[in-house]
Amino acid sequence: MAAADELAFHEFEEASSLLAETPDAATTSGRGQLAPQGHVAVEVDSGGIYGSEEAEESDKTALLQEEKQQPGFWTFSYYQSFFDVDTSQVLDRIRGSLLPRPGHNFVRHHLRNRPDLYGPFWICATLAFVLAITGNLTLVLAQRRDPSIHYSPQFHKVTVAGVTIYCYVWLVPLALWGFLRWRKGVRERMGPYTFLETVCIYGYSLFVFIPTVVLWLIPVPWLQWLFGVMALVLSAASLVFTLWPVVREDTRLVAAVLLSTVVLLHALLAVGCKGPRSSFISSSRCLWSTWHRRPRPRLCLQTSCCHPRRGLRPLRAAEPTGKGLLLPFLPVSRSPRAAPRSLSLSGPT
Amino acid sequence: MAKAAESPGDPGTTTPRPLFAGLSDISISQDIPVEGEITIPMRSQIREFDSSTLNESVQNTIMRDLKAVGKKFMHVLYPRKSNTLLRDWDLWGPLILCVTLALMLQSSVDSEKDGGPQFAEVFVIVWFGAVTITLNSKLLGGNISFFQSLCVLGYCILPLTVAMLVCRLVLLAEPGPVNFMVRLFVVIVMFAWSIVASTAFLADSQPPNRKALAIYPIFLFYFVISWMILTFTPQ
Repeated sequence: MAAADELAFHEFEEASSLLAETPDAATTSGRGQLAPQGHVAVEVDSGGIYGSEEAEESDKTALLQEEKQQPGFWTFSYYQSFFDVDTSQVLDRIRGSLLPRPGHNFVRHHLRNRPDLYGPFWICATLAFVLAITGNLTLVLAQRRDPSIHYSPQFHKVTVAGVTIYCYVWLVPLALWGFLRWRKGVRERMGPYTFLETVCIYGYSLFVFIPTVVLWLIPVPWLQWLFGVMALVLSAASLVFTLWPVVREDTRLVAAVLLSTVVLLHALLAVGCKGPRSSFISSSRCLWSTWHRRPRPRLCLQTSCCHPRRGLRPLRAAEPTGKGLLLPFLPVSRSPRAAPRSLSLSGPT
Repeated sequence: MAKAAESPGDPGTTTPRPLFAGLSDISISQDIPVEGEITIPMRSQIREFDSSTLNESVQNTIMRDLKAVGKKFMHVLYPRKSNTLLRDWDLWGPLILCVTLALMLQSSVDSEKDGGPQFAEVFVIVWFGAVTITLNSKLLGGNISFFQSLCVLGYCILPLTVAMLVCRLVLLAEPGPVNFMVRLFVVIVMFAWSIVASTAFLADSQPPNRKALAIYPIFLFYFVISWMILTFTPQ
């Protein structure tokens, strides 16, 4: 009895404090979301996909959103509003991005129109460091198999991986958001997502790559490709299911092109993450040494580093294998495709 | 609430006596001299203090600061819930630790291949990492000041610096799996120590439903530093 009383008291206090903060809430009509049960709001907003479970949450979200005074961007509290999440909310959003379902819009259901920057920022930072660390570990494991490989902790990988991932999570959503706003006129029902919501979608969709990159340490090639494909499917699916309600009202061509571009860019990122693991042993050291020590290409002649599996073999810089073809997409090895190879073939000049 | 529960007619309480009640009973006669000196002890003390720190020898100044830093090192090594690190924060300790760590971690200048981190890279990672974590905890609503948080994060690198020293010594022996296992064990223990120490100081400043959000970046920060220490190979 006492417990029930406490609960009742608590709710009342919360509601009254909400009303105190937003004194005009009762009188604002807004988007009509203050109807007693909120069913009207659900239908108008999301095309009637969702059930009445959304009703209560949409009420509360509307109350909190309508009257929140946006402080200027030069104040600290402006940025604090982007970090207004709890641990349970962040975990819930991560879970939502890991398990995409067709009717389940990530933005409406998990973000509930309150995007945060915590998730995208720290997921990208974690992914960048995990990429660098597992790249390093791959080299360690390779060296155990073949002691002639020279081990060095490639610290520059952290910088490269970090820059690539952060650019991806900021520039691609910017382009997508700009494009969706430009096409806004075509859509009647669903407004475009805000920029932060788009960043959130992309940021949280990258979470699935973190365990995948760790699992890529297992040196079984078909297993690596399996994990890669699974991760790509999961994260691309979460992107597509989130973007589909916004894009489906557009013309078919635009929708198809947009979605396929999104998936393609995501696939490029996945391949870029995967690339160094498969082609590292055969090419990256030789390319690095030939690119950075062009006057002295004899480095490649010195040891059997170039082809550890084949023993001593003169002069060829990189194998034109299928895996070597991934080199153009590698964010890590900064060498162009043709020139260094010919230099090392010709030897000292 | 408690006051309302008390019965107003409690015989134990007496009405308080008015101030200066007994003053009328005292008669000041001419015989009692009322004299003395009025000095304000604080001011003279402060003046003495100022001039003493200006005129003291350099050794005294340095030793005082070193003792303060050393005391904070002790607090980090034996983390208790005390406020010393937070109240009297200073950034000397973090600077000393960061420079030591960066000097020991940098790869030799000759090998410019994919080597270990350079001095600048370690320095930047430590300081910008600490600044980012502090900003993160402030944005999440923590009530700790900027420099206090930097101070705690910097001082809690001490166990990892000790691990770096130990690793360096162990690497003088011959390389092998035993060598690696010893280094791994030392680094893991010191990493756990750093996390426990910094959590003991910083966790209370966060709202309870966001503690994990604030602690995860600290975990990542010390993990990266531990990784740099573990993968260090002398060229």
